[in-house]
Amino acid sequence: MSPSYYLYLSAVLFSIGALGVLIRRNSIVVFMCIELMLNAVNLSLVTFSRINGNLDGQVIAFFVMIVAAAEVVVGLAIIVTIFRTRRSASVDDPNLLKF
Amino acid sequence: MLTLSVLPAAQSIPPAPVPASGVYDLTIAIILVPLVSSAVLMLAGRRVHRIAPALGVAAPLVSFALALIEFFALLSRSPDHRSLDQHLYTWIPVNGFHVDLGLLLDPLSMTFVLLITGVGSVIHIYSVGYMQADPGRRRFFGFMNFFVAVMLLLVLGNDYLSLYVGWEGVGLASYLLIGYWTYKPTAATAAKKAFIVNRVGDVGLLIAIMLMFATFGSTSFAGVLNASSVAHRGTLTAIGLLLLLGACGKSAQFPLQTWLLDAMEGPTPVSALIHAATMVTAGVYLIVRSGPIYDGAPTALLMVAIVGAVTLTIGAIIGCAKDDIKKVLAASTMSQIGYMILAAGLGPIGYAIAIVHLLAHGFFKANMFLGAGSVMHALDDEVDMRRYGGLRKLMPVTFVTFGVGYLAIIGFPGFSGFFTKDKIIEACFDKGGTQGWVFGVTALVGAGVTAYYMTRLMMMTFFGEKRWADSAHPHESPRIMTWPMILLAVGSVLAGALLTLVGKGLQGFLEPVTGEGIEVGAHTVSPIVLTLITVAVGAGGVIAAALQYHGKTVPRTAPADVSPVVVAARKDLYGDAVNEAVFMRPGQYLTRFLVFFDNRGVDGVVRATAAFVGGTSGRLRRLQTGFVRSYALSMFGGAAIVIAALLLLRAG
Repeated sequence: MSPSYYLYLSAVLFSIGALGVLIRRNSIVVFMCIELMLNAVNLSLVTFSRINGNLDGQVIAFFVMIVAAAEVVVGLAIIVTIFRTRRSASVDDPNLLKF
Repeated sequence: MLTLSVLPAAQSIPPAPVPASGVYDLTIAIILVPLVSSAVLMLAGRRVHRIAPALGVAAPLVSFALALIEFFALLSRSPDHRSLDQHLYTWIPVNGFHVDLGLLLDPLSMTFVLLITGVGSVIHIYSVGYMQADPGRRRFFGFMNFFVAVMLLLVLGNDYLSLYVGWEGVGLASYLLIGYWTYKPTAATAAKKAFIVNRVGDVGLLIAIMLMFATFGSTSFAGVLNASSVAHRGTLTAIGLLLLLGACGKSAQFPLQTWLLDAMEGPTPVSALIHAATMVTAGVYLIVRSGPIYDGAPTALLMVAIVGAVTLTIGAIIGCAKDDIKKVLAASTMSQIGYMILAAGLGPIGYAIAIVHLLAHGFFKANMFLGAGSVMHALDDEVDMRRYGGLRKLMPVTFVTFGVGYLAIIGFPGFSGFFTKDKIIEACFDKGGTQGWVFGVTALVGAGVTAYYMTRLMMMTFFGEKRWADSAHPHESPRIMTWPMILLAVGSVLAGALLTLVGKGLQGFLEPVTGEGIEVGAHTVSPIVLTLITVAVGAGGVIAAALQYHGKTVPRTAPADVSPVVVAARKDLYGDAVNEAVFMRPGQYLTRFLVFFDNRGVDGVVRATAAFVGGTSGRLRRLQTGFVRSYALSMFGGAAIVIAALLLLRAG
């Protein structure tokens, strides 16, 4: 099976994630879409690793997972805090930081 | 004496000054006494109000006594060792620029010190009577003492920089005193005018000092004057002309003469002090002191003589048309200082003669100003001579003393002006050539016109019928005012003879500074003939005025149908109008243009830039909406653009 299919899948997943980030308002969903984009990138990294025959891509994929794990910790904490103070999970509600 | 003319071979370099010690250590006290007294009077407040006149008079008297002591000490030395240098302290000890503050006591500065303190003291005494009713006389005496102190600094400094300090001090003092009656707008304006016109001259002197430093690396008299013989002629001419500009400002010479007539707004003793003892004599001092520079710059020297000749003519013409007694005297001062500058402009032949005339003039002009003050005092401060008349019998002392001053200034044989002015005219003719004739005839005609306007003044003031207001009750002034006039009158009679006839006279005394005198064999015009001509011309002026005014009724208001010359002379020969048209108006237009350019041009650019930046950033900040998703969109867009660019580059 050609590895390029994995790349197509990765592109599709990434696009869905990006669209989700731009379109959805619920911060949890936006957050999950970000995770989707990260994993799409992981998939492409692993695929490239396979295509090129070295392990660099897989190593970077591990890095991305660790960063994603850390990001989830911080991100979820922020979302929970905002929800507690503003009683809302919409990303459009906290818009005080502007001109 | 009159058959001899004195002509130095060449300006000898002044003998090197010797360090002063012993009695000469007192020199600094001559300056400090009036300075401290003026500081006390100005700073101590009402506590010294009662002793103000006493303190004010005592200070110049003490200075005069000290000056006399030094004068006799100086006389006891041999002529070559009469130049004493006293180092006080190092003023500016910068590497490559070293200025010592020191005093130079030599015959020239000694002469000035005696004049300033002597005549100054007499004027101070007179002021006690004249300013008796004035509530601010503590301030008045403070300013007067300050005037004397800075003038002494001017003539005693051994460096052009210390001279400059005195120079500026004199300007300040004259400003304070001319505008002494601050509540009079005319006085305030006159004070400002005097100060500003003087500034023009001061700038000339300042640039001259800078040029000296650039050329000689020094500003001391010794450093500059001894080195002047090796300097480039063009440089010397430039320095000479700039010094002349400075002298023109202080001495009210053409073209900076306009302030002097307005300066009559000050109290009369101030006019006497400015015109006789201080201020206007400073210019003559500067030129005579800088003699070695002018020796190397004949063009500058010629300019000095021309300025003197022009001013003596202007002053004489203005004097004929004025009805204000003080303005006539002021015009006459202008004219007499013109004689001195003319004499100084003749070169080494005339330096000493200029100083001799200056000294004689100091006596008779102070005398006449005090006389004019006495008349004004008697007539409720009336200055218009058309409202005088017939004061001869009511004010005998003033009449006699003023008359002596009058005879002195017109050069009546035996009185001081006869000896000194005659010498100047003689020196003019002796210069020879066309220049000699032009200057000589100008001086001669000036003498005639002087006799005319002074006779006119005498006629209108002391003779004829009474024309004063009915409310006025003329009376002789109190003794404290008449005695100074008597003293100065005696000086006016004797000064000329004493200064020129005794021994080698003042000229001989000044020789170490102004150059060795030698007798000339050939005169252009025989001195005896010239003396007779001078006396005849003077007599002509007297007769002309007598014919016009004796026994005639003088109109109480100035007649309007007069010749254009009289109209011009009444307006100071349009000196103010010319200054206004040539300097003031264009200056105003220039400043107006500059203000416009500054507001619209410079400020416009600055403001436009600020408005542009402000407006743009005001619009740009709208991008910061606060919606997280729009930020995300711009991030994605940016990333897409970057990737597209990378791909395009790779493809290209």
